[in-house]
Amino acid sequence: MALDDQKRAFKYVGTTPNRPDGVDKVTGKAQYGADITAPGMLMGAVLRSPHPHARIVSIDTSAAEAMPGVRAVVTGKDFPAVEDQGFADIGETCMARDKVLYDGHPVAAIAATTPAIAKAAIRAIKVEYAPLPHVTDVDEAMLPDAPVVLEGRALEHVPAGMSQNVTNTCEFGHGDLEAGFTKADLILERSFKVGAAHQGYIEPNACMASYAADGRADLYCCTQGHFFVRAVCSALMGMEASQLRVTASEIGGGFGGKTTVFVEPVALMLSKKSGRPVKLVMTRDEVFKATGPTVHASVDCKIGMTKDGRITAGDMTLRYSGGAWPSGTIEMGAQAGFAAYDMPAVRTLGWTALTNRPKEISYRAPGAPQAVYAVESLIDEMCQQLGLDPVETRLKNAARKGTLSSYGVTFDDIGMVATLEAAKAHPHWSAPLGPNQGRGIAAGFWFNFGGNTCVSLNINADGTASVTEGNPDIGGSRASISLMAAEELGIPYDNIRTIVADTASLGYNDNTDGSRVTFAVGLATIKAARAAIKVMCDRAAAMWGIDAEAVEWIDGAAVPAGPNAGKFPPMSLAEIAAMSFQTGGPIAGHHEVNVDGAGVSFGVHICDVEVDPETGHTLVTRYTVAQDAGKAVHPTYVEGQMQGGAVQGIGWALNEEYIYGRDGRLQNAGFLDYRIPVASDLPKIDTVILEIPNPGHPYGVRGVGETPIVPPLAAVTNAVSRAIGKRMYQVPMSPPRIMTTIKGK
Amino acid sequence: MKSIPVSTTINGDPVEFLCTPDEPLLDVLRNRLGLTGAKEGCGTGDCGACSVTVNGRLVCSCLVLGVEVEGAQIETIEGMAHGETLHPLQRHFIEKAALQCGVCTPGILVAAKSLLEKNASPTDEEVRYWLAGNLCRCTGYDKIIEAVQSAAAEMRGEV
Repeated sequence: MALDDQKRAFKYVGTTPNRPDGVDKVTGKAQYGADITAPGMLMGAVLRSPHPHARIVSIDTSAAEAMPGVRAVVTGKDFPAVEDQGFADIGETCMARDKVLYDGHPVAAIAATTPAIAKAAIRAIKVEYAPLPHVTDVDEAMLPDAPVVLEGRALEHVPAGMSQNVTNTCEFGHGDLEAGFTKADLILERSFKVGAAHQGYIEPNACMASYAADGRADLYCCTQGHFFVRAVCSALMGMEASQLRVTASEIGGGFGGKTTVFVEPVALMLSKKSGRPVKLVMTRDEVFKATGPTVHASVDCKIGMTKDGRITAGDMTLRYSGGAWPSGTIEMGAQAGFAAYDMPAVRTLGWTALTNRPKEISYRAPGAPQAVYAVESLIDEMCQQLGLDPVETRLKNAARKGTLSSYGVTFDDIGMVATLEAAKAHPHWSAPLGPNQGRGIAAGFWFNFGGNTCVSLNINADGTASVTEGNPDIGGSRASISLMAAEELGIPYDNIRTIVADTASLGYNDNTDGSRVTFAVGLATIKAARAAIKVMCDRAAAMWGIDAEAVEWIDGAAVPAGPNAGKFPPMSLAEIAAMSFQTGGPIAGHHEVNVDGAGVSFGVHICDVEVDPETGHTLVTRYTVAQDAGKAVHPTYVEGQMQGGAVQGIGWALNEEYIYGRDGRLQNAGFLDYRIPVASDLPKIDTVILEIPNPGHPYGVRGVGETPIVPPLAAVTNAVSRAIGKRMYQVPMSPPRIMTTIKGK
Repeated sequence: MKSIPVSTTINGDPVEFLCTPDEPLLDVLRNRLGLTGAKEGCGTGDCGACSVTVNGRLVCSCLVLGVEVEGAQIETIEGMAHGETLHPLQRHFIEKAALQCGVCTPGILVAAKSLLEKNASPTDEEVRYWLAGNLCRCTGYDKIIEAVQSAAAEMRGEV
């Protein structure tokens, strides 16, 4: 049910003002993680394992410690044991204890007076390893005789007799599969592989820690969530959260990859041991080797369809690996796979297995692209075999309001049909194609998150307002939050200043992830503004000498409500603010909430490619994104999310993957060999924003950031498969893989 | 390693610094001179986030040594605006939302300025190829191309 007070007519929301942090970011003044310095600061460096899997026999740091300029050495032994398993696992990704579990696993760290001394000291540390057999592929890791990465980590419900690498399994679905498949005219079953893609943020992970002798510490870092950083770092350091203040720097991209810590606890420990501030910045090579890419996946998908295109049943088995520690991403993939469709009978079965790779961390709609890729590819192949139109077929099966989803919830107002209709109506869908060209279409889905959110809104005496929120601005959120504050208060956008506060200044805020910020922080900002408005109405009522209930807020001013309230001219926010010191003191509003009702989001992408039959090189020649944004608060930034997500998906579909050699070492730890899309690879990315209001938000807002990375793997695959006349079942579709398919039978 | 004195001009100001013979210009700018507008995204010349010009030539400052810029004229992102007046590229980047996280933005602005000095009327394809050495992971490049073109039009006096 829609909120009673849901707003539909807007003055500021839906406009596209300049972002408040724009000038700092185009002049080089904005301070990112590696830009923060402190007097007396030392530089850190990390020694990493060259082995994919080995027992640490000994670490001799004596020679390094003796070097002039070296002020602190840290190994796994310096960190206290942590009870919480999740935090303990994160701690081990920051510094190995007994075993190294992947190529690049940290084993020791140095703080020294110069970067050159720190690097030289790293080389002076002697580590003796006892190498162990390794496994880097999820299918191999699930075999009963596979090398075991970690023992005893399987959840209780995992069946006995499997490899110890298998740590989790899950199942979702409803209906009678057998009956469903019996009704089908065509049943196809295919296997797919998806490589692990890295978030590829341009700013390497970086932090600066300062631990004082009284046990208090300050930490500056580029992160998607400094409150989570405080929670995990204080646990790993054995200190109280209140004694660690974390300040988020500007963040140079994250896409989920900066929702955990990799260097922060190490910098804190180096600072504690040296008594000096310590900066620790990863190199690009370290980012690739030792921060989380997403899961890599192996998927079997089976769908039954009638000859007129009705899906009768779907059954999918997903095998994900999130590297050397247990990962929960499989649950999201298994829920998302068939979520776009009204399925009479559906099952998704998920498995997670450990491999000797770095610990996976979220990447934009984590787990969904891998599962949806299989479904959307297979639907396209079935449409080809049955001679059906891929848009009409999807429309015939699309989830709508009231549909029981494949993961158990019943959908409210959703935009799957609207996005399909928008794609069908777009001139792109009916444009002619040339030789060696193909067109693919695919849908995508993401849940969107809400979560813990805390906002303070202060009315300044000059009639302006300050919004204090706790989520790092990763792509223009200060602008969208300011727009919503302006809308609710009824004062101009330029009179609002939104800042991202440190962990000591505000209650806990969940990470900037799950496409939650514009939705959840926006909701809390609106509610905080309403709380301030209540105070302002009370002040006006007191000045007028009428009942507080007899005052309402219209267009930035208090006005008497109804003819019996008395005849007073409207009293503006600026007038009330100017009188605030005489009427009871400063005026503020707060809102603290664990938000629900994020509202799911659907997108449909159309992709044209031209494949060179001689080389297998694929050029994307045209691309269109249609997506439901609920209400687009700042439409230009909404378009930017849709374009950026689509291009990340295009990169994944064509180029991006972690390549491990038989020696278990990562072979492409750099932007030259792990090639993300560059400007000349791409056409214009056209966008269509649809607005199907989310019943769970006062303005109807839905998250938009993650959905756009979900359709491209299949949209590009379907385009390539139609261009070459043969189906592709693996991403990325590198030229050699395309040539193998073209030449194969 | 013994440091070497270097005299140079940065954004029009005379600057002297000491650096070791193996020290990249990027590290000199960031760590010795406090000019942190140029970013290190890779340190291997693949991402362009550290772009500056040396004697008018666009370079990755991570691939130039500090000792190589003796007597040179260097321009960085910090020199692009004049007082409170932004360069048209900077203004159009804000207006067109051509940045999301903004960490690649200084390098892309320096590179785009360098392009427009050589070619005042580039095609979209020419802009895309010129900027192919500058990675952006957020935007998908569309709004960057738009912003460069609208700034170029303004600089040609067309708006």
